[in-house]
Amino acid sequence: MAIPNELRYTKDHEWLKEEDGVAVIGITDFAQNALGDVVFINLPEAGDEVVAGESFGDVESVKAVSDLLSPVSGIVKAVNEELIDAPEMLNSDPYGAWIIKVEQVTDREELLDADDYETLCAEEG
Amino acid sequence: MGSYVPGTQAEREQMLKAIGMEREEQLYADVPEQMLLREPLDIPSGMSELEVRNRMMELAEKNRLYKTILRGAGAYDHFIPSIVKYVPAKEEFLTAYTPYQAEMSQGILQSIFEYQTMICQLTGMDASNASVYDGATAAAEAAAMCRDRKRTVTLVSAAVHPDAINTIRTYCYGSNTELRIVPCKDGKTDMDALKEMLTPDVASLVLQQPNFFGQLEDAKAIGEAVHAAKAMFILSCDPLSLSILPTPKELGADVMVGEGQCLGLPIAWGGPYLGIMATLSKHIRKLPGRIVGETTDDADNKAYVLSLQAREQHIRREKASSNICSNEALCALTAGLYMAAMGPEGMKEAARQTTAKAHYLQTELCKLEGVSLKYKGEFYQEFVTVMPKRDCVLAALEEAGILGGLPMGENEILWCATEKNTRAELDRTVAIVKEVLAK
Amino acid sequence: MKLIFEKSVPGRHSSLLPACDVPAYELPEMRQEPLDLPELCENDVSRHYTQLCQRVHGVNCGFYPLGSCTMKYNPRIDEEMAALPGFTNIHPLAPAASVEGCREVLELAAKYLCEISGMDGMTFQPAAGAHGEFTGVLLIKQYHASRGDTARTKIIVPDSAHGTNPATAAMCGYDVVNVASAPDGCVDLDALKAVLGPDIAGLMLTNPNTVGIFDKNILEITRLVHECGGLCYYDGANLNAVMGHVRPGDMGFDCIHMNLHKTFATPHGGGGPGAGAVGCKDFLKKFLPKSALMEGEGSIQVRGFAGNFLVVVRALAYLMTLGKEGVPEASTNAVLNANYLMEKIKGTFTPAFDRVCMHEFVLDLSEFKKETGVSALDVAKTLIDNGMHPPTMYFPLIVHEALMLEPTETESRETLDEAAEIFRKLYDLAHKDPEYMHNAPHHAQIGRPDEVGAARNPIVRWTRA
Repeated sequence: MAIPNELRYTKDHEWLKEEDGVAVIGITDFAQNALGDVVFINLPEAGDEVVAGESFGDVESVKAVSDLLSPVSGIVKAVNEELIDAPEMLNSDPYGAWIIKVEQVTDREELLDADDYETLCAEEG
Repeated sequence: MGSYVPGTQAEREQMLKAIGMEREEQLYADVPEQMLLREPLDIPSGMSELEVRNRMMELAEKNRLYKTILRGAGAYDHFIPSIVKYVPAKEEFLTAYTPYQAEMSQGILQSIFEYQTMICQLTGMDASNASVYDGATAAAEAAAMCRDRKRTVTLVSAAVHPDAINTIRTYCYGSNTELRIVPCKDGKTDMDALKEMLTPDVASLVLQQPNFFGQLEDAKAIGEAVHAAKAMFILSCDPLSLSILPTPKELGADVMVGEGQCLGLPIAWGGPYLGIMATLSKHIRKLPGRIVGETTDDADNKAYVLSLQAREQHIRREKASSNICSNEALCALTAGLYMAAMGPEGMKEAARQTTAKAHYLQTELCKLEGVSLKYKGEFYQEFVTVMPKRDCVLAALEEAGILGGLPMGENEILWCATEKNTRAELDRTVAIVKEVLAK
Repeated sequence: MKLIFEKSVPGRHSSLLPACDVPAYELPEMRQEPLDLPELCENDVSRHYTQLCQRVHGVNCGFYPLGSCTMKYNPRIDEEMAALPGFTNIHPLAPAASVEGCREVLELAAKYLCEISGMDGMTFQPAAGAHGEFTGVLLIKQYHASRGDTARTKIIVPDSAHGTNPATAAMCGYDVVNVASAPDGCVDLDALKAVLGPDIAGLMLTNPNTVGIFDKNILEITRLVHECGGLCYYDGANLNAVMGHVRPGDMGFDCIHMNLHKTFATPHGGGGPGAGAVGCKDFLKKFLPKSALMEGEGSIQVRGFAGNFLVVVRALAYLMTLGKEGVPEASTNAVLNANYLMEKIKGTFTPAFDRVCMHEFVLDLSEFKKETGVSALDVAKTLIDNGMHPPTMYFPLIVHEALMLEPTETESRETLDEAAEIFRKLYDLAHKDPEYMHNAPHHAQIGRPDEVGAARNPIVRWTRA
């Protein structure tokens, strides 16, 4: 299971990367594996507000729905529209398939580094 | 008494023994003593099948059967081909549950897939669900599917069926959202009033075509006004009329809803009926209820499954957009069967004759002294007259075995005809009205 | 099997309507799009639907122990009565004096069902169980509103509940408070007490609960909810266990829905129509629904006219047949059959709760799966090859690898013995040839369908090639 070093992680299995004050958010390899085949994603719109620890959308597999929890508070700058037509990218390339980009970040959840996240996954696995 | 329990007394005793019990009461050991019923239920003793039949037939005979029905208002007495009555009584269709197990439910699933397709062909829409409860709930569910965080208000034309208006109002009451009624002018939705009411908080407008008073609305222009305000256009249609009238797609609807009773279901004192819901591809994941999809099995054979289930309550729980679980599957099967039995030409003919008979009745009634037409716009199947001695007229018709139109307002009657009504029946009706008015 | 559209032959039809005997009327605006519906003769249509019905498993075809769905036998007399012209050809807006028979059907059904449920008033407008829940929770909402009590914004739902419960609460504008179950699957009184307060509008509960156990603390539960000012809603999904033995009204519930298509033997029709009769105590009667165009008292409206009337006709015929002796007898035997089947299966698969159950029980296959690699889904699919409808899978959510069995009272001892024997066979098979079960069914209408593909690329209609 891949856990890239350069990313930060939440306990709810989202990853986060900050580039020039913009937070890029996706779900981890562990998350996609637990979900199974993703069939659909509900996304917010650019301009929507997201709140740290709260849902900004959800992903559907055939028999389950999981909330996507935002690691940060801020304003949605962009959403990855490609995922609407190809949600399977979340399974095949979880770290390439970013979900939203958030700007004007005001608040953050407690984030883990790769080592701590690996420990968490081992406990939950 | 009657019973459908197969076990004999001896078998039951053996079964009890097998689970380590001596008396049946032990089965209810978990129920606190003080709650257990000590007396038998206060309902009559059970009866044999023959007695039940006699008793139920007595009840049915207490209802008056009219030879001629000229009343619609949401329940339409159309012709039902014999095969449409017999096929849905097949025990396999009748006694199956929702087709959760696709591997042993392909027949039900395919019937729904065919129904969904026929609804799409009839309405021009891209996707239909497997049905909801009836036309009124379909409209209420459609209003719910059009709301979002920013747009929460539902507009409903005052010319929508009163049952549907009340049902939408109740669903809005549930979700703490607002419903606003768009007034009518001359029996049709008031376009000027509508334009003023299309504020940025409006999620959708519900319009009925033909409307409750039978009038054909200028639906296309209304839809354009709704879209100009970035709201969704929900059009409630009589599905049989769509075989000859412009489709909801042609009229610009985002969501089509309708009462499917006219597609082969008896009027049956109000139910079971069939709630039809169809929409455009882009809204398919907002559509509530079951949807059947085509796929393949592990050997690449074509297969049908309940699809897009993650929208539904059993997975999404409190986040589901609707709580619907059971629907009207057998009624949907009946409607599909009706459309197959009638065929495209048969349906068009039924609709053409329906409108021809309604116009004949209207023309003949309005020839009578004292009878006038309340609304002058084009109509399909129903129209409103104004005449003196309204109640005497309806009573005289009843005496002759004719259920006249629905009394409304002061001296108004909402008449309805279908392809079932013969010219002789209509002439007789007009003659009776004439006689009463001449008295 | 071909779709009906693929059997269409242009120009083929049945002759059903006479020539029009009045002048034609030309409507000004007509449909432009062609009407592409199948063109068939009557025999084509008949054969097509007969082929379809041969690919359906109904209660009449074989054992159908689908937990929480009460798939009991649907008597034919009920069908015949519901097809009487004196019921089918009655217009819903016909004058009241001409529909006394219809009204009496509703009155009698209401009387019997009130007696069985311990309620005072009843409506038949809701068309299904979930629709009944919606109606019932709106009674609660109106009650609080009528007292100016606007602070109650939450409904309590146990985590073992059917998905319709939380979905209903949300549709009624309530926030859902999930309460965890105690280890025995019953309501955890401490967890309940922790969430009770002035913001609670009510509680939704089924008893026996979804694991098939009667909650002994029910009087305490309803008392606690009432004490904080909330009302109690009874989900009647499991009423078949207790009819004539104990009444929801006596357990402290204020309103209830009953699934006539489960408990009262009306057929489920492959998904509906059902009827979700809603009963309530006196003080809630004024909040019951009514039609805008029909006579009667009420406030809200949840559907057109008076509801799924013909379903009520069937249920009434059933109730008349069973009567005061047969109603409790049905429940007793539903419970007996469930316990007997559980006892027979116990030697192989493990019940989630090893104790006397009510009308249904849940198997927990999590240990079995660890041992063999065979999942509840694999077992279910292998049952299909054995001509038996699988139990409810993966529900309730509080049991892992759950299979929920509800045999109902209308199954004979031989059927239960055979089913137990099939389960035993599959238990052995899982230990010998798990691969075979992973790929089951092998002899069904189709193999396992690709549900992922269906959801990713929805094809929900046929299109002409």
